[in-house]
Amino acid sequence: MPGLGTSFGRGGATTFQQDLQNSDCIVIMGSNMAECHPVGFQWVMEARARGARIIHVDPRFTRTSAVATDHVRIRAGSDIAFLGGIVNYILEHRREFRDYVVAYTNAPVIVDEGFKDTEDLDGFFSGWNAEKGTYDNTTWQYAGMEVHGAAGQREMGATQGEQSGHGGHGAALKHGEPPETDPTLEHPRCVFQLLRRHYARYTPELVEDVCGVPRERFVEVAEALCRNSGRERTSAFAYAVGWTQHTVGVQYIRTAAIIQLLLGNIGRPGGGILALRGHASIQGSTDIPTLYNILPGYIPMPHAQAHDNLQRFLELNTSPSGFWGNMAAYTVSLLKAWWGPHATAENDFCFDYLPRITGDHSAYQTALDMLDHRVKGQIVVGQNPAVGSANSGLHRKALAELEWLVVRDLVEVETAAFWYDSPEVERGELRTQDIGTEVFFLPAAAHTEKDGSFTNTQRLLQWHHKAVEPLGDCRSELWFYYHLGRIIREKVAASEDERDRPLLELQWHYPTEGEIGEPSAEAVLREINGTGPDGAALSAYTELADDGSTACGCWIYCGCFADEVNRPARRTPGSEQTWVAPEWGWAWPANRRILYNRASADPDGRPWSERKRYVWWDEDEERWTGEDVPDFQPDKRPDYVPPAGAKAQDAIAGVHPFIMQPDGRGWLFVPSGVVDGPLPTHYEPHESPSANPLYGQQSNPARQIFNRPGNRSHPSNGSPGADRYPYVMTTYRLTEHHTAGGMSRFVPYLAELQPAMFIEVSPELAAERGLEHGGWATVSSERAAIEGRVLVTERMAPVRVEGRPVHQVGLPYHWGTRGLTRGASANDLFPIVLDPNVHIQEVKAATCDIRPGRSPRGARA
Amino acid sequence: MDVEGVWSRAARWPLLRQLDGDRRGLGSAARSLRTASLHPRTADADHVVRSICPYCAVGCGQRVYVKDGQVTQIEGDPDSPISRGRLCPKGAASRGYVTSPLREYRVKYRRPHGTNWEALPLDRAMDMIADRVIATRKETWQDTDSEGRTLRRSMGVANLGGATLDNEENYTIKKLMSALGFVQVENQARI
Repeated sequence: MPGLGTSFGRGGATTFQQDLQNSDCIVIMGSNMAECHPVGFQWVMEARARGARIIHVDPRFTRTSAVATDHVRIRAGSDIAFLGGIVNYILEHRREFRDYVVAYTNAPVIVDEGFKDTEDLDGFFSGWNAEKGTYDNTTWQYAGMEVHGAAGQREMGATQGEQSGHGGHGAALKHGEPPETDPTLEHPRCVFQLLRRHYARYTPELVEDVCGVPRERFVEVAEALCRNSGRERTSAFAYAVGWTQHTVGVQYIRTAAIIQLLLGNIGRPGGGILALRGHASIQGSTDIPTLYNILPGYIPMPHAQAHDNLQRFLELNTSPSGFWGNMAAYTVSLLKAWWGPHATAENDFCFDYLPRITGDHSAYQTALDMLDHRVKGQIVVGQNPAVGSANSGLHRKALAELEWLVVRDLVEVETAAFWYDSPEVERGELRTQDIGTEVFFLPAAAHTEKDGSFTNTQRLLQWHHKAVEPLGDCRSELWFYYHLGRIIREKVAASEDERDRPLLELQWHYPTEGEIGEPSAEAVLREINGTGPDGAALSAYTELADDGSTACGCWIYCGCFADEVNRPARRTPGSEQTWVAPEWGWAWPANRRILYNRASADPDGRPWSERKRYVWWDEDEERWTGEDVPDFQPDKRPDYVPPAGAKAQDAIAGVHPFIMQPDGRGWLFVPSGVVDGPLPTHYEPHESPSANPLYGQQSNPARQIFNRPGNRSHPSNGSPGADRYPYVMTTYRLTEHHTAGGMSRFVPYLAELQPAMFIEVSPELAAERGLEHGGWATVSSERAAIEGRVLVTERMAPVRVEGRPVHQVGLPYHWGTRGLTRGASANDLFPIVLDPNVHIQEVKAATCDIRPGRSPRGARA
Repeated sequence: MDVEGVWSRAARWPLLRQLDGDRRGLGSAARSLRTASLHPRTADADHVVRSICPYCAVGCGQRVYVKDGQVTQIEGDPDSPISRGRLCPKGAASRGYVTSPLREYRVKYRRPHGTNWEALPLDRAMDMIADRVIATRKETWQDTDSEGRTLRRSMGVANLGGATLDNEENYTIKKLMSALGFVQVENQARI
């Protein structure tokens, strides 16, 4: 996520689950960790057993709330107001960890005098272009500096965010020299003072008005966080998609990053921000991205308007300082891994073989392009958009417009069956005979039927071994793509067309084994790790070169196959090693478990306190040492000052722990890399029953709206028609089901444990609408009407916002028309409206109506 | 039956066993010969394979028990420093996931406007899919944009999915799709 990437330098959790046991206070927000990540939650319970305060901030009372020390009920979609309130509390009461903030963050840095805040411009930052609906970030820069590649990025307009997108890094600063700073933090344009002014109105009273949290409850949380931070104590945040699935999703995480930097909780044991991800390898599929805007290791996909050749690409994307200064080595090594001997210095290492992006090509834009017949064929593997995507009805209709579709899964999911088994077919909106899509369903192999590695939520690669052979036609995705590529290459082997050269020169020779010709996953992992001039596996990304002598499929994974050992497969029992467990699997980067851990020591390299000792400078050995692999050049002295002309990591001073950032500092204020503002600001959700009390600008002005038939939005607060949809709806997950249900609704025990779709409401809302516990209700929006059994429970309660109650409706989103348990899909109700940075949908807060009884069209039980 | 045998049978009479220390009748007194003959099916496994839970991203360690080429049980791995042997309801049910009665084992094909699935051999399906990819790619190819800048791509084909797959699989997807010129490669990370 760019929220973490732009703030700290890498788009991954800053810590690991076991480290939660060292926390003195844990705030769980945007996550129901006890139910959605139950086994990881044992580390929260360990912390609680050691006396930690556990605070759960959530619209619903869940099993996480039940075992927390505090549950704070909040209106869905108002988290930035709550978190911004904490920032204000810290600054007003001078509770920041001053030494940490001055030395390790960009608080002292002076910002361009042209910068104007949302406080100045009623909800906009300077640089807003109303016509394009995007920001020009020129005025957000450090004084006297320019964001690297600003010209090119301005030219690209809205695509700038895609370049950082999920990326692990913000764009670089143009000059390597240190920025202008004021260590007293008094300069009116220093980041610290900008923060003070930006959040000054986020008072406990405002938090109460916006979030529906009584001011005393809010102050208790803010005070608990402050009291449990500093030299002797640390606090952690844990979040999940309750934070990300908003039109300001990235800014939610950014606000937490600001709090954690101000309190000095990053890079230290018991601190950090733990992103809790929902799929076995969703972190891995971002690191080695099946995403349109990045290449492996967060290297940007080339953009047609800016990157006409390798030199230009590197100019725009190489940072003069920090580890992104080695972009050439990372990029050239990737091109060598893909095109081998065909990639030479003379031909730009085949850079020109990469296809170019020109705008938003994300999954939602693609679905709309399917509807409009621009996309004609789709391959869907292990995903179920017919249930899992916002406005899933529109996705099912999009599938019906394709010429051909390949679906690979263990079971026949809704995405494969849309042409005969869907609400649209049942209602007669689509007729099977009219649907021209040719559909191939190919059965897939399970994790027990193939070798491979997953990257878990803490950046840890863990290998799973094949236990049995797949039966029948079941095959791994590795088999499918390898053989599909092989067959296509054979079919075009004689082609002399220029467009086929990248395909024919691709290095596509993996050893295969067994009767079915399964490619060796280990051979692929070794290619990802990379090899040196002698053909041997590399040990670290610091060995990568930009002259074509090294090949590496994903630079941040370099070292996972060091010494020819499959390190993700390491299984030294936890009981036989330290609590950090460095010999179980392998974590990127360089097997580090807590990122930026140089910050666990003070500027002189000594632990901030004995209690929070983790990594420190050993003067005798002249090396960094400690519990973990130091996230720093191991022999760089704490008093190192970069000489003039130093480049890349050598330009980062010995006191600066954020080695991926061009200035080595954690970014409270993000000059570049986030498209909707350098500071998080409270905006109302796209659909909201409330007015934004802070600004005339109601919602994030940069959000993506697709106003078209089938995807209409509701008017918000007070606008004509808003009263038709007076309630807030939010989606969530259950312990016994998994996301869109493809891996759980078809499993007997799980279907039995959670056998039916339901709709969770408070007794107050039940009384207001005449809903009966166990009876039917229909939830409706402009997109759809769906039915389910009503669950009336005090776990839901209205919150009071500006003196009036706001009712919230809880919707588990696992169901569809197929499997052992069937029911309506909650995602049918939501519009496609997206965060502009990562194009994620807002399904955690929208408006709806609810009425007793079954849906007008639906008869399905 | 000899005298010793009679005595031995009598001694197994639950009432006697209950008097002999198990007063509440919940322990040895309630234990039958059948109970004694029971043992966990994990004990019969031909071999045990180290694995990782396929559901969420906590990354719990799993041990997969195999007998006669079949997965007979999946248990938590006590050696994992993350999960310490535990699994949640989904992880604990994952044998049911890999052996689900609804699992598909054969390719199914639906022709345009068709009303039924049809059988199709796997190699024929692969060949047909390769043909579709090549044809759509050709039909929708873009060498340059309107200003002559390189695009080298096709916007006609999209690929969706990856977060449930292995790193090695994601790598081959991105590598092949890029070489084919397909940029609309996406996964659940935004979903």
